[in-house]
Amino acid sequence: MMLLEMATSAFSDRVALRSGDDQWTYAELFAAAGSAAAEVSAAGTERLAVIDVSSPAVPVGLFASAWAGIPFVPLNYRLTEGELESLIQRITPAYLVTDTDRVATLSKLPNTTVASRRAFLEQAGSGTAPPPSWPMEPDAIALLLFTSGTTGAPKAAVLRHKHLISYILGSVEFGAAGEDDATLVSVPPYHVAGVAAILSSVYAGRRIVQLPNFSAEAWIDLARRERVTHAFVVPTMLARIVECLEGSDNLDLPCLRALAYGGGKMPLPVIERALKRLPGTSFTNAYGLTETSSTVSVLGPEEHRAALASDDETAKRRLASVGRPLPGVEVEIQDEAGRPLGPGERGEIHVRGEQVSGEYLGQGVTLGPDGWFATRDGGSMDAEGYLFVDGRIDDVIVRGGENISPGEIEEVLLEHEAVADCAVVGVPDEHWGEAVAAAIVLGKDRPASPEELRTWVKDRLRSSRTPERIEFSKGLPYSETGKLLRRKVRAQLRGDAS
Amino acid sequence: MDPRKPGTRLRSAVCDTEVMVIAAPAVAIELRCGGAPMIDIAESPPPGASCHPDAKGGTALGKRYVDEAGDLELLCTKPGEGSLTIAKTPLTVKGAKPLPSSD
Repeated sequence: MMLLEMATSAFSDRVALRSGDDQWTYAELFAAAGSAAAEVSAAGTERLAVIDVSSPAVPVGLFASAWAGIPFVPLNYRLTEGELESLIQRITPAYLVTDTDRVATLSKLPNTTVASRRAFLEQAGSGTAPPPSWPMEPDAIALLLFTSGTTGAPKAAVLRHKHLISYILGSVEFGAAGEDDATLVSVPPYHVAGVAAILSSVYAGRRIVQLPNFSAEAWIDLARRERVTHAFVVPTMLARIVECLEGSDNLDLPCLRALAYGGGKMPLPVIERALKRLPGTSFTNAYGLTETSSTVSVLGPEEHRAALASDDETAKRRLASVGRPLPGVEVEIQDEAGRPLGPGERGEIHVRGEQVSGEYLGQGVTLGPDGWFATRDGGSMDAEGYLFVDGRIDDVIVRGGENISPGEIEEVLLEHEAVADCAVVGVPDEHWGEAVAAAIVLGKDRPASPEELRTWVKDRLRSSRTPERIEFSKGLPYSETGKLLRRKVRAQLRGDAS
Repeated sequence: MDPRKPGTRLRSAVCDTEVMVIAAPAVAIELRCGGAPMIDIAESPPPGASCHPDAKGGTALGKRYVDEAGDLELLCTKPGEGSLTIAKTPLTVKGAKPLPSSD
């Protein structure tokens, strides 16, 4: 809330937010947050949840929660009724803001006060803001974010005000944005990047432009119309945007100065094509987790350009890295016993710093005794501190006692000119325990046989890493935030095997 | 006023400056703004007080101020005409290395 107050005092009449035809200045956003906070406090609720696409209810709700001194909980609007109900039960008594269609169903749940997005924003926009006064408790919970729960029931990651403030102060210069700067927010609000984008933009003084439902055409159209200068996308979004741009020679994004990406592994061919198609745009790769208040490591624009222009293998390989840790964040690769590993050695990525929470509701803080957070991501670091992420440790394939990282094989497969996309998983195998299997999406340009692809991998890695089973598929299953749903690929490949 | 807890908000007794404590040393310090000891955000400044002529460098919104040792860090949340000092030693603006926007 302090961030918004500072921005309001510095540029109160500047437009803070645009959504469709509606716009809100910093002063209006500030007043709306105060007015909504009064409403939520009067309802006697202990959490404010928003179940909505990227709409003005998200920033208003985020700042209203801080003003009222209660946690903000953005929930995934794509969940089924039953899934939503079980999450809401864990956060009651709660004030829920949602789209009109859902109001009636959610109103039946005990200990909830439900408002439609429209009613919530009308009240916030027309009500009177109370005098500025909010709890300034760094240890209070600012945000609860439910993880996607790929390995069990969803966990609620806890981010406190001190974590978010530390992230913002460490990564954003106050008021650094120019009058005409605008950022396009297309990641959903229940993703940590969606929340981080709001906080960073407000603190920098950069206008937020919201895109409720992503499609490459809508994204490009909005970026052009709103003269967007900055944006963050997940890899699947960038792939579609590049495809769309390549399909039309006279389509350009002249105002787009900076494009950041993260939230999943970026296939090398996609980023290389993006760099060539958008030479005037600076690219930044950001790696982070919900539990670390978003970004902990970045690969900056200069490194992107150097990698594309250079013949030096080390510089080229950097394009596959997530760069170096932010100031104030430490990253270390550790082995299974918790011992730090040297350059190039593969292990588990650990992160430490003031923005790192590592806490889950009902489970407490999971940090090690010396403050390290175990990310469950496998990776390595080179001698100059560039971090390479292999993928989730839980996805590692154990074949005859040998640990095989799917990411390594996927990288090699993607280098084959016929392969547009691929996923490598482990499937049960009588002899080896697990066998390496690959789902492959072929590009339009040329076909390839399973045998050809197997030889391709075998020549570049070793035979134990060569997929024993290869299935061709029209497309791979991704979540709407660009995460590959490996369990679905696994089920598909296992099903075909039996 | 002993600003040892991060998150504590303080105001100047003699100008409009307000700060939030980001990091603080373990020992008590004499934090001043405009030459006068800073007071809690909830307190009212004494009427008619003004900045000492030697401490009128001013504070800037959004800048972070640190001591020489780097133990103390304050974020200016409201600017004013006084300058921040520990006793008579001025705090300096923390130079931030510009980072590419990552979200």
